Amino acid sequence: MAASLRCFLRSGKVTVTVRDALNQAMDEELERDERVFLMGEEVAQYDGAYKVSRGLWKKYGDKRIIDTPISEVRRRHAGLRPICEFMTFNFSMQAIDQVINSAAKTCYMSAGLQAVPIVFRGPNGASAGVAAQHSQCFAAWYAHCPGLKVVSPWNSEDAKGLLKSAIRDDNPVVFLENELLYGVPFEMSEEAQSKDFTIPIGKAKVERAGTHVTLVSHSRYVGYCLDAAAVLTKEGIECEVINLRTIRPMDVESIEASLMKTNHLVTVEGGWPQFGVGAEICARIMEGPAFNYLDSPVTRVTGVDIPMPYAKILEDHSLPQIKDIIFSVKKTLNV
Amino acid sequence: MKTMLAIISNALCRMTGRNAGAQTVSELLTGLSEYVALTSPPPPASAQTQRQPPKPPPVSTRAAQLVSGQSSEQPVGPGARVVVSRSFADFTPQATFDIKKCDLHRLEEGPPLKAELTRDQGLQYYRTMQTVRRMELKADQLYKQKIIRGFCHLYDGQEACAAGIEASINPTDHLITAYRAHGYTYTRGVSIKEILAELTGRKGGVAKGKGGSMHMYAPHFYGGNGIVGAQVPLGAGIALACQYQGNDQLCVTLYGDGAANQGQLFESFNMAALWKLPCIFICENNKYGMGTSVERASASTDYYKRGDFIPGIRVDGMDVLCVREATKFAADHCRSGKGPIIMELQTYRYHGHSMSDPGVSYRTREEIQEVRTKSDPISMLKERMLSNNMASVEEFKEIDVDIRKQVEEAAQFATSDPEPPLEDLCNHIFCNNPPLEVRGTNPWSKLKSVSKT
Repeated sequence: MAASLRCFLRSGKVTVTVRDALNQAMDEELERDERVFLMGEEVAQYDGAYKVSRGLWKKYGDKRIIDTPISEVRRRHAGLRPICEFMTFNFSMQAIDQVINSAAKTCYMSAGLQAVPIVFRGPNGASAGVAAQHSQCFAAWYAHCPGLKVVSPWNSEDAKGLLKSAIRDDNPVVFLENELLYGVPFEMSEEAQSKDFTIPIGKAKVERAGTHVTLVSHSRYVGYCLDAAAVLTKEGIECEVINLRTIRPMDVESIEASLMKTNHLVTVEGGWPQFGVGAEICARIMEGPAFNYLDSPVTRVTGVDIPMPYAKILEDHSLPQIKDIIFSVKKTLNV
Repeated sequence: MKTMLAIISNALCRMTGRNAGAQTVSELLTGLSEYVALTSPPPPASAQTQRQPPKPPPVSTRAAQLVSGQSSEQPVGPGARVVVSRSFADFTPQATFDIKKCDLHRLEEGPPLKAELTRDQGLQYYRTMQTVRRMELKADQLYKQKIIRGFCHLYDGQEACAAGIEASINPTDHLITAYRAHGYTYTRGVSIKEILAELTGRKGGVAKGKGGSMHMYAPHFYGGNGIVGAQVPLGAGIALACQYQGNDQLCVTLYGDGAANQGQLFESFNMAALWKLPCIFICENNKYGMGTSVERASASTDYYKRGDFIPGIRVDGMDVLCVREATKFAADHCRSGKGPIIMELQTYRYHGHSMSDPGVSYRTREEIQEVRTKSDPISMLKERMLSNNMASVEEFKEIDVDIRKQVEEAAQFATSDPEPPLEDLCNHIFCNNPPLEVRGTNPWSKLKSVSKT
């Protein structure tokens, strides 16, 4: 399924949408390892509710790509490596007992006897106009649990490299995609186009170097941070933007190294503030060496602490906007 | 006899232009004799001036046979006496129709095989179904214009279910369904205006614009639920509340063929049966769970039997009378303390699963067209009534025109009403709670939440 939208640029780079990158990752891993298979609602004949699995059923057939009834049951398949698609992570709450109690804890409870090499993937967080029951971010919920790895890619390279790593990992991985990013094209380096390209789970990436403030984010809001940084640079404020890539295990060292350089930290996420990703970052910074380098308290930019409303004007004001990030940076820097 | 007299008398009065209000036998006979006096045959010159009273239409008919659609038009002929004005009381006030037998599970008897329909009821059901139809088509239009956003699951094709159910339950009974909920929102009493304005996300919407398509509520109507199957345990809980309060009310709990495989349904069935809860579980089987046909999703597609120890009936969901009689039967079952019952309504949706699904990748256009021509619930009711002289074509047209106007006005409101104010952003997090402060997107943003506005 390498037949993604490609327009060839200089230096071997191509432009690939996140959807196609995910598709490529699954295609390559299905080809590489017979034990890998995909199951979920509408993943086969419908080509995927969001078309992420387009063409895979035609290529691999019923055995490897399985349409399930609407029963969010996730079972371990002895010796197999399932990829379980949740149509959105909101539906995963129906199966969350299985994800936590069966998947996350089993390796520990069996003292290493029973591995659970499973990937739970699907869109997470807000979309556009899908209202309260379909817009929740589950990063904090899953990242709370030992035994799970939680990954949150931003661009196409992230999507492909991290999904391949997740599938190859022998542990349960919660792979949080974002519906609004599926159709967004990103440049993909030549290296990333290789079938062996993986991105290690647990390592963040500095997307933009800066000196005055560190912005830490994951998924869609990485893009927002970069946009805010582009505006702030005109005012002489240089932001360093870190893309977490993995929520658990969190790469705190990268954040600390950056913070020790810039002395200011702003976290940005779409999820709710209480007990969230930003809250965890604040706590970890406080507990580590970088605390002494802070010139001001860490600022968290988050979704508003309410269920997601439907009306557009309310929805727009329920999530961080670029201007909120800019405002927070300036307040943090006291400018 | 009285019915026959009524039919003849009404026909005669129509011809003579009189307002027939005659209901008693003596009035009918008087009318009859007056007609005889009026139309004593002239000297046998021209047979053309003699008018024959129209034959009374058959009393009991199967909808399937009424393709020709006898209308109540005037017999035209040379020299025929033309009646200028027509009275709508000239129509058959009531008729009895055969309805499809329901398949039964764990029941000795089922709903009756005949349904009585009065003219008023027929027009009311027609109006209800046609309103839902037009409202849904308007929503389709607004969605394509991007005035409605997010999810939009349309109900056209399934109108007989909502109309039939509402005809048999009381307004004080309770109803809960999943996300294909606009039809039920209407039958449970919310205006077209408030429904469309909720879809467009305006403050005049039934949920003040905060809920959207899947989250509309009304007294005794609990939505509108986005997570497949989650409404079923809720419905059982509402039935428990009815039993607890001893108020003789029941809860109608709807779900689809896709949700029928959810484990939480079976937990609900168990508790409802164990405690004999007054719950009517209704599966609207429209043959497809999103893009997956029932055969590919369910080990057993006999959804009316899936409750195992709960009795069930399988009903023709495209026939509003069938749905009504079955619901009546089910309601009696519940109210008599026998516990829950399952109804499977065999129905069909014309649209895809939602507005982002064209609905033709997993089923053929021919199939959709066939249902439209042979089993459309609104057409079926209309033809029944026309063939039995219960209403006229013009009358239906007038109703259609009126509904179109109402839907247009509602759409006008829905597109011009302002969006909810920003002050409303954080309200209604809790009920009956003192005001609280809510964190905005950053620590300096402190917003306010109140319970009541």
